[in-house]
Amino acid sequence: MTTAAATVPRAEARVSSGLWRDALRRLLRNRPALLGLFLIGVFVTVAVLAPVIAPADPLARFTWNPPSGPPPGPAANHLFGLDRQGHDEFSRVIFGARISLFVGVISVIMGLAMGGVVGAIAGAAGGRIDNVLMRVVDVLLAVPGILLAIGIVAWLDRGLVQIMLAVAATNAPIFARLLRGSLLAIRESDYVLAARALGASGPRLLFRHMIPNALTPMIVAATLALATAIIDVAGLGFLGLGPPDPRTAEWGTMLTDSTVALRSAPHLIFFPGVAIIISAIGFNLLGDGLRESLDPRLKR
Amino acid sequence: MLKYIVRRVLAAIPVLFGLSIIVFSFIHLLPGDPAVALLGQHATPDRVAKIREDLGLDHPLYVQYLAYLGKLLQGDLGKSVINNRPVVGEFAVRFPGTVELTIAALVFAVGLGIPLGRLGARHVQGFRDGLVTVISLVGISIPIFVLGLTLQFFLSVQLKWLPTSGRIDPRLDFEAVTNFMLVDTLLAGRWDWFVDAVKHLILPAIALGSIPLAIITRITRAAVLDVTNEDYVRTARAKGLNEHRVDDRHIMRNAWLPVTTVIGLQVGGLLAGAVITESVFSWNGVGKYVVEAIKDHDYFVVQSMILIFAFIFLVVNLVVDVGYAFLNPRIRYS
Repeated sequence: MTTAAATVPRAEARVSSGLWRDALRRLLRNRPALLGLFLIGVFVTVAVLAPVIAPADPLARFTWNPPSGPPPGPAANHLFGLDRQGHDEFSRVIFGARISLFVGVISVIMGLAMGGVVGAIAGAAGGRIDNVLMRVVDVLLAVPGILLAIGIVAWLDRGLVQIMLAVAATNAPIFARLLRGSLLAIRESDYVLAARALGASGPRLLFRHMIPNALTPMIVAATLALATAIIDVAGLGFLGLGPPDPRTAEWGTMLTDSTVALRSAPHLIFFPGVAIIISAIGFNLLGDGLRESLDPRLKR
Repeated sequence: MLKYIVRRVLAAIPVLFGLSIIVFSFIHLLPGDPAVALLGQHATPDRVAKIREDLGLDHPLYVQYLAYLGKLLQGDLGKSVINNRPVVGEFAVRFPGTVELTIAALVFAVGLGIPLGRLGARHVQGFRDGLVTVISLVGISIPIFVLGLTLQFFLSVQLKWLPTSGRIDPRLDFEAVTNFMLVDTLLAGRWDWFVDAVKHLILPAIALGSIPLAIITRITRAAVLDVTNEDYVRTARAKGLNEHRVDDRHIMRNAWLPVTTVIGLQVGGLLAGAVITESVFSWNGVGKYVVEAIKDHDYFVVQSMILIFAFIFLVVNLVVDVGYAFLNPRIRYS
């Protein structure tokens, strides 16, 4: 792409300048996507700078009066109030962003890696290998998402790594099927035929010609999967399958805790709940924006 | 048509077979002695010996698997380690609850999603379309448990309009016949009980239906927009048909196909969502049963329930696909 641009004098006179730059320009003109990027930016900043932003240690315990009463709601000294153990809710929501972001991102990357390898092999090999791999994918897809994750955590016991594996396992078959589908379509395209006629080897065909052209739907799917991953991680936490230490500031686990205090301390539902929704909205908006900007034909 | 159905049923068999292997490994690959792991805190030397014998743990793995498969085919899904009740019986009592909830959620999602999608498409890029887009965005981004707890707080605790949890007022004394509350209350001939059951159903159905609602709204909007740009719609308008007729006869007829496909695809998500919804609303269905089994480390139950869920999912998908082939002849011959 760069050599092509260099041979055209005064490249800025041209409107089009490569797929990715084009896509980026369209993305930056897409207002919902920008809002998504902004929300993700806030989420990431909060997660990274949690110890700086949070006014208290998420495990520090405060007392309230009367001790037998419900934990106090938002006030000047504790912005989001206290939870039932006396932890500062604001600090816990801030630190919760770390777990959500970390576990969410790692599990999607793991799912991409697993699904990508399987999908690439199936799509590139075709025939019997494709058939066998896709039946395995069918088996995994037959177990409804969160139930597969629940089963895996129940089997491997609770822990962050187990949660990542569980969420990755729900994503992987989806990525595998997606990549395999694109590769099978691309295999028949003229440019792959042309490359093959020029004598390109199998791996070169796959890595230089086929996979790069199958990437855009994967990028979109991965971004949207981040939203689902954050919700699924919180869902596992809510079901009591979150991090093994129940004191860990994790949004889903914090919500489980709040159900007992539904009447007296609704702030314990509101703040972690809003945090999950905002981060999920961010990734959903960005995913939709990427879909539109990477495939301009979809734009209305 | 029959050929198509047979082909689809045959294709489901290897999937179920593969699944039985995975679920079998689930127990047999447990770290340590499976018998001890299965019993956990309920392990006594007697019971460990009993489980070892039941599972045939002294035999080679493939013999164990064949024995397991044999029991499965006879409809024996094992017993709970906690209370010794057979899984099949517990499932049969609870499954109607999940079906009732799932159908209610689907009715909510379809009943609201299609009109919303049509509204958005008709006023495309306008204020109402923006509102529809925001609803579907939030619907897909809000976790079931957050929406469920929020609804409980506002509509049950604050406004006291609807009950917080359960399937029916526990003080009512009536006989469970079908375990579908809506049916059983009517069979008892008590209209007021029926209303109570409906009231219990509303919040869980909304919480569970929010994601399908968002997806159906989106697809309906996109499908209607797609069709609206077709030549035959312009022709219909040009020949002076009123808008109502164009909408009904020319646009919706053709927009139905993608919409019905997507509705069918929601069932898997609804089953998974039911696991969480039932936990939020203490809804006595199979989802709550699984979650309780996991908390109790009752692995037999978890194992069998995963298998059952997948089986139901496959059957539902089959029915949806066959129905789709029925609606769209082009599929049948491919």
